[in-house]
Amino acid sequence: MVKADIVRSIELQMGLSHEEASQQVEQILEIIKNSLENGDSVLISGFGQWKVRSKKARVGRNPKTKDEYEISPRKVVTFYPSNVWRNELQKQANKG
Amino acid sequence: MNKSQLIDKLAVVTNQTNKVAEGSVNIFFGNIKQALSSGDKVEIRGFGSFFLKKYESYMGRNPKTGAKVLVPKKNLPFFRAGKDLREKVNE
Repeated sequence: MVKADIVRSIELQMGLSHEEASQQVEQILEIIKNSLENGDSVLISGFGQWKVRSKKARVGRNPKTKDEYEISPRKVVTFYPSNVWRNELQKQANKG
Repeated sequence: MNKSQLIDKLAVVTNQTNKVAEGSVNIFFGNIKQALSSGDKVEIRGFGSFFLKKYESYMGRNPKTGAKVLVPKKNLPFFRAGKDLREKVNE
């Protein structure tokens, strides 16, 4: 599934024009990205949470040449699925 | 930021009612969940991708008591941030 599939779905279910539905999807993504960019986590109940974590600098090694180099401190986005969703998937996995 | 704040912001920037924004947000996340449930993966350029990992059941142990327990099989969703999001967050 790609973005266009979600746009189509919103278009049909909400009765919006293609442009309007497309704008809804683009802005949902933009708002989430901006929040994470500011270091603010995003919590969607029933779905999950995105958090920004700071990682410390550490020594890395090129596995081929064994050269050591420093991996710079960085910020990464991590997604934690909600317990509700995890339980739904767990049930599905054990059905049949 | 939580879901209702996302809905409020979406309504403002797209100049739509809160009802429309709420519907869009629910369809957006509902579609991702449905796709993963049906074995599909979701790829959104610049944002990231969602995929499901399948884990078989195995015999585990309660680390406290040492008792054997069967850990049932499970499916877990994963998200990998896309290039644009990774770079934006790390700036």
